[in-house]
Amino acid sequence: MLKKPLITAIVLGSTALSGAGQAADITISCGAVGAELELCEEGVAAWEEETGHEVDIVSTPNSSTERLSLYQQILSANSSDIDVMQIDVVWPGLLANHLLDLSETLGEDATEGHFPAIVDNNTIDGRLVAMPWFTDAGVLYYRKDLLEEYGHKPPQTWEELTEIAADIQAAEREAGNDKMWGFVFQGRAYEGLTTNALEWVASHGGGTLVDEDGKVTINNDRAAAALDLAASWIDDISPVGVLNYTEEEARGIFQSGNAVFMRNWPYAWSLAQSEDSDVRDKVGVVKLPHGPDGESAATLGGWNLAVSKYSENPELAADLVAFLTSEQEQKRRAIEGSYNPTLETLYEDEEVLEAVPFFGALYATFANAVARPSAVTGDSYGRVSNAFFDTTHSVLSGDMSASDALVQLEGQMRRLERRWK
Amino acid sequence: MTTTTPPSAPERVHPYRGTKVRRQRVRAAWTFLAPMLVTLALVAGWPLLRTFYFSLTDGTLSALGAANFIGLENYLVYDEGEWYGLLTDPMWWRSVWNTLFFAMVSVSLEVVFGVIVALILNAEFKGRMLVRAAVLIPWAIPTIVSAKMWAWMLNDQFGIINHLLMTLGLIDSPIAWTASTTYSMWAVIMVDVWKTIPFVALLALAALQMLPKDCFEAAEVDGIHPVRVFFKVTLPLITPALMVAVIFRLLDALRVFDVIYVLTSNASSTMTMSIYARQQLVEFQDVGYGSAASTLLFLIIALVTVAYLYLGRNQLQLGGD
Repeated sequence: MLKKPLITAIVLGSTALSGAGQAADITISCGAVGAELELCEEGVAAWEEETGHEVDIVSTPNSSTERLSLYQQILSANSSDIDVMQIDVVWPGLLANHLLDLSETLGEDATEGHFPAIVDNNTIDGRLVAMPWFTDAGVLYYRKDLLEEYGHKPPQTWEELTEIAADIQAAEREAGNDKMWGFVFQGRAYEGLTTNALEWVASHGGGTLVDEDGKVTINNDRAAAALDLAASWIDDISPVGVLNYTEEEARGIFQSGNAVFMRNWPYAWSLAQSEDSDVRDKVGVVKLPHGPDGESAATLGGWNLAVSKYSENPELAADLVAFLTSEQEQKRRAIEGSYNPTLETLYEDEEVLEAVPFFGALYATFANAVARPSAVTGDSYGRVSNAFFDTTHSVLSGDMSASDALVQLEGQMRRLERRWK
Repeated sequence: MTTTTPPSAPERVHPYRGTKVRRQRVRAAWTFLAPMLVTLALVAGWPLLRTFYFSLTDGTLSALGAANFIGLENYLVYDEGEWYGLLTDPMWWRSVWNTLFFAMVSVSLEVVFGVIVALILNAEFKGRMLVRAAVLIPWAIPTIVSAKMWAWMLNDQFGIINHLLMTLGLIDSPIAWTASTTYSMWAVIMVDVWKTIPFVALLALAALQMLPKDCFEAAEVDGIHPVRVFFKVTLPLITPALMVAVIFRLLDALRVFDVIYVLTSNASSTMTMSIYARQQLVEFQDVGYGSAASTLLFLIIALVTVAYLYLGRNQLQLGGD
């Protein structure tokens, strides 16, 4: 019970310390997954040069669940320690009360050219609480060289993926590569598992947990089939350790050449293609497979930049946001870090397509990604997601069969339903 | 340090009762105690009362001011033919069980290994000072740092523990220590034991060094086997010190958070009461429900502590008059 103020004190203490050397005008928090932090530093440095203001960068935890907790603590303490925050696509509803309406400072046309779906997502009660920075959708990475060697084509369905993965894994292990695994994904009990499992369920035609009217739909046969299939991967084509992997652990296995397939976000592309990567030029990217009764589905991810209501320099902070989400910055981030732009025109830009060829091929995937039920469940989204990833985690661990687990999950969500109805 | 002589009949005669001297002494005692009592009321009493008050409201972290009083609904409520609330949440009871299991097993192991380490350090050998300092290292490393370090070592793919066990031929395939529901509890127990052995060892060593030499010399003259000497002489003599060590460790273990949160995050197989309360309070922003969990956590720890003090009152002599 004393823990909360203590953590806040530590967080505030450390941000205060890092800023003690120079009086910064603005503090921004950037993610540190993959090359994120480096790209953020470069972008911020360019703005500093242009405007002559000082900016402090705070790096935040890699797990998005933990990052949200950190923001919530800082914001609910009405603290001005962080001015600009990088927020997930499912958070605008949760944090809206603490964020500035950016259309007031940046003008009504600030979001022109950005994907309308993301702008809608970031507009809460008519207030634009965050500017789109980059979008994300789950994609399937595969080892071109291995699939070619063993005469396979990239899989269309999850069943095909399972077979190919098992086949290549067995053959590679036979050949002495005993660390080889078929498929890695994000299986730790956190928000990332919700995105992965939603893709399995939606691509089997099992819906998205809660429908548009707020009705709980998760307990159905197709969803159970999807989770059962995923559970069959564990310790077969996926290491048991996947149950504790986030994005970066999965990338670690894939990039060191020890996995045939990986589900991840587009950012992993530029890292897999970097100089020191063991799989450079051996990687292909396709859309995720689908189940027997469904179509391929990719969960909508992505991050936005928001300005805290408690900021002491709101105009300056908004200007930094405008700079970082501009076409020029998004293009640089797409080319150097394969972060998906939120500006439609950049998907036709030749330089961008040359650096990240699959942006063109998978445009439809990015434009039609499946949203998590954050809008309809509102404040309860955290609990809904938590209940879903906990249930999925216990199915993957083999503690429960999918059909039993979904009955329980439905019961839990019915209890939560009282909160959003 | 507590004494080891058996308690004599308590002094029933109070020669000063009601006299001026006694009244002065009582007043002096209260004067000296006052600053401490005020400080305790401020840093422990006030937050505790506030937490209890919040547990009776529906407050959320983003709108604490708008909290409404809802009675005991966070604990238990009957609504439309079903019971809701903390006391009906299977996850809460799971985390209570996890916490008790973790505390019992880790504290027992720590005491056993702590005493062994203390006995080794108590022996005369070359470089003893160096070893004594080295043993303290796990205790000196901040828990977050050591837990992160262990997370790397326990990693299923590149962790050194799996590499070691595979090279020795003890296991065929890597074990996912922190991910598997079977091993994760044991993994966190192991890390906690590794970290806190030095603490128990230090207290035990202090007790060992205060023991009178004559008992041991007498035993040696009589030719008693060293193992028998340990169980009949050494152990009973250091028991009071161990009881103190156990109560410190027990209180720590019952509110364990950091080591488990770093190693396994919110996974249900290792979720403790503190992790449950934090999740409700911070992640779900539900101050009311989270405070209810915190209040029960406090009551459970208090209950265990009282039970322990009561059962161990002969050794501890804290409950005597």
